Amino acid sequence: MSAIPMKDGLNETEKVSFYDIDEHEHPDGGSTMLGFWMYLMSDCLIFAVLFAAYAVLGNSYAGGPSPKEIFELPLVAVNTAMLLFSSITYGFAMLSMEEGRQRVMQMWLVFTGLFGLAFLSIEMYEFATLIHEGAGPTRSAFLSSFFTLVGTHGLHVTMGLIWLVTLMVQVQKHGLIAANKRRLMCLSMFWHFLDVIWIGVFTFVYLMGTLR
Amino acid sequence: MSDLHANTHDAHADHGSHDDHAAHGTRGSYLKGFFLSVILTAIPFWAVMTGAFKDPSTAALVVMVFAVAQIVVHMIYFLHMSGKSEGGWTMMALIFTIILVVITLSGSIWVMYHMNTNMMPMQAAADM
Repeated sequence: MSAIPMKDGLNETEKVSFYDIDEHEHPDGGSTMLGFWMYLMSDCLIFAVLFAAYAVLGNSYAGGPSPKEIFELPLVAVNTAMLLFSSITYGFAMLSMEEGRQRVMQMWLVFTGLFGLAFLSIEMYEFATLIHEGAGPTRSAFLSSFFTLVGTHGLHVTMGLIWLVTLMVQVQKHGLIAANKRRLMCLSMFWHFLDVIWIGVFTFVYLMGTLR
Repeated sequence: MSDLHANTHDAHADHGSHDDHAAHGTRGSYLKGFFLSVILTAIPFWAVMTGAFKDPSTAALVVMVFAVAQIVVHMIYFLHMSGKSEGGWTMMALIFTIILVVITLSGSIWVMYHMNTNMMPMQAAADM
């Protein structure tokens, strides 16, 4: 019986709250990196589903060409090199950004963009050749899933390039302000993440497809 | 302006973990990651293109091991993953994602393979 008034008294002096009452200052954009990482993880799930679709449908040729007949590994090797070069040049751009050397950073970003563009051009050439040979996405389930998976990756790279150009203009206009640095760091994660996805693509699609 | 700047800096000091993630690698660590990636890419391409392994399943296994190794290299040297970044939350998110990816991939392959063998024996035989 005596416990009830005591509890009431406690409630009067100290209100029960289910949220943070003494809110402290968070630095502007302090949670952006974690949030962007969450986005990348969800993007990773999109690719996981596309990889699963390819794993399931990759054997269904419907009498059409098999991976061994249509994949050109030297071309894929060059493509892989392009993406790897763009990763290291972006890394150097980030180092220049840390040092506050804007012009050097912009130069590295130009190289990153050019390597990215080379990657996309080679991929477009590959797709065009395949479609020209009659191995387009409508030919078989294998080719549908192949074009969806590799095309989605290519679309990500395209978006990354647009983002890259946008940021270069932003930096040219406003300099290396905190907001621009944060954006460049997000794009850095995005770009390196795409390279990680590409490792999965060239391994599971191209190399293991050729082995089948 | 300078007041604002000092304020942000103070707030940053309170959150040591935020700075942690911003910390980037050095030129050396980027180059190290790059050369490791080149090696880990070149070997599987070489193995498949020259047909170094007679048995395709052995070759597939080797190629997969190299891919996993290279993904780890990229995570550490390019994405600067560590158990400490953002107070361990990026690592938690990554582990959770890996679990989901493994379930999605292995589940799809397992289920669909059995669907093929159980429901379409003719088709499965034709695929062999």
